[in-house]
Amino acid sequence: MNAPAATQNLIKGATGDWEIVIGMEIHAQVSSQSKLFSGASTAFGGAPNDHVSLVDAAFPGMLPVINAECVAQAVRTGLGLKAQINLKSVFDRKNYFYPDLPQGYQISQFKHPIVGEGEVIVDLLDGRRIVVGIERLHLEQDAGKSVHDLSPGESYVDLNRSGVALMEIVSRPDLRSSEEAKAYVTKLRTILRYLGTCDGDMDKGNLRADVNVSVRRPGEPLGTRCEIKNVNSIRFIGQAIEYEARRQIGILEDGGAIDQETRLYDAGKNETRSMRSKEEAHDYRYFPDPDLLPLTFDQAFVDGLAAELPELPDAKKERFITQYGLSAYDADVLVAERDTADFFEEVARGRDGKAAANWVINELFGRLNKEGHTVSTSPVSAAQLGGIIDLIGEKVISGKIAKDLFEIVWSEGGDPRVLVEERGLKQVTDTGAIEAAVDAIIAGNPDKVEQVKLKPTLLGWFVGQVMKSTGGKANPQAVNDVLKAKLGIE
Amino acid sequence: MAVDEKTVRRIAHLARIRVTDEEVPHLRNELNAILDFVAQLDEVDVSAVEPMTSVLPMELRQREDVVTDGGYAERIVANAPQSDDNYFVVPKVVE
Repeated sequence: MNAPAATQNLIKGATGDWEIVIGMEIHAQVSSQSKLFSGASTAFGGAPNDHVSLVDAAFPGMLPVINAECVAQAVRTGLGLKAQINLKSVFDRKNYFYPDLPQGYQISQFKHPIVGEGEVIVDLLDGRRIVVGIERLHLEQDAGKSVHDLSPGESYVDLNRSGVALMEIVSRPDLRSSEEAKAYVTKLRTILRYLGTCDGDMDKGNLRADVNVSVRRPGEPLGTRCEIKNVNSIRFIGQAIEYEARRQIGILEDGGAIDQETRLYDAGKNETRSMRSKEEAHDYRYFPDPDLLPLTFDQAFVDGLAAELPELPDAKKERFITQYGLSAYDADVLVAERDTADFFEEVARGRDGKAAANWVINELFGRLNKEGHTVSTSPVSAAQLGGIIDLIGEKVISGKIAKDLFEIVWSEGGDPRVLVEERGLKQVTDTGAIEAAVDAIIAGNPDKVEQVKLKPTLLGWFVGQVMKSTGGKANPQAVNDVLKAKLGIE
Repeated sequence: MAVDEKTVRRIAHLARIRVTDEEVPHLRNELNAILDFVAQLDEVDVSAVEPMTSVLPMELRQREDVVTDGGYAERIVANAPQSDDNYFVVPKVVE
């Protein structure tokens, strides 16, 4: 984006303001049963080298055969990013030596990726909306895993992850703060999960980010960047950027220069460190993989996948706002996860959308978070929550009783309507009963009766007393009306 | 395109091939001879020709997403100079 620097993003240095510029490479593991070029399983957590074929271990003479589903997943993701889909792309070898890379090269895509330019729309908490350009998405193999703590002088290598398909999604340097970077990754993860093309599980390393950070004076050309490798949580991405930006500003303000280098984020110490990579480490000598022909498919294949795409978060959010009259904030909260959005829609069906959103977000989510549940393990079903909302709408119970009823359904289960009958939770709208309660309060508090004539706001105290004496079951509006009539207030 | 001795050493290092000082001049000459030979192709203008990827009009074959392989860790590590509990064991590589 070439928009002028948003002032809220500027960092104050000792010698003036600085702007952070961030671009990201996200590695997203493709959701598939088997690997990109072999029939071995992609399942997480197998015994060492159990999910490995002779292809993945690079035995001589073994040839790669591409997984059609991985191709489809990359195309779906490209469509979700509103990106150019390339009907012809080429696999290249990226050459480097490392013990967990048995081939001595990674099969990747360099000059001709499967997906070209696209964009991600990110709504920030402060209400701003930014559009992050996507430069490309390409398919590549993951490497194996080195374990360094099983022996003091040796590393142990497990190739289970070797050859699993990754999508590398490269953004333009359009991000200007750690908040924007975190919001971008969050949004991208939401889109991937909606599409079902990556589970986004950062704990398992299924989504990880290389973060490119540089700083500059507002309006000046881009500064020299450092790449922070393999950051594996959204919180750490934010912390790594904050640390790295301040480190670079410190060097520049002291008259120094930034070395372009690869750095590592150490979450324990909250700092980034140089990986002291050797000069030639970046000489990858890409060339087209002679074992693989160019990957080609026709537009009909792309159109077929496009027709089957689910409703994506941006579209769902717009629909929630127009169809249910929700605020942008509530709609954002509800569409963040597909499960949540589906749950809300089940509650909202045939009911007041705003009331449904309030109950789902404020009561249910609050409680789920507190107890470590998710929507899919919620003790209160959408039908039960809908039942509670119906009872309020029909004025059978008050809002206060509804919260008690929610607690009962949460801990004991059952049909809300039956529970209300059985436990006598029905709202008292019978004026006779309310009048009796009001009379009792008035008779017992002659001093307050005098005061309320001078100070009508004291009416609230009377309402509270009546509600208390009726166990919260009196209709508050009816209580109000009766009190006003009896106390002679208008 | 002529290769100098520095480039020979660099290529050898990238390929993890150890060469002695005595071998370098000889390798430089060999590499240059190969490059000169291939350079004859520069006489042909191929700017409008797509790179040929196959002599036959073939498309990349694709396979179904089904698990058909794996489950033989002991075969995977059978040739490893050192292994333990079906892991490959290598000299410490952490920086």
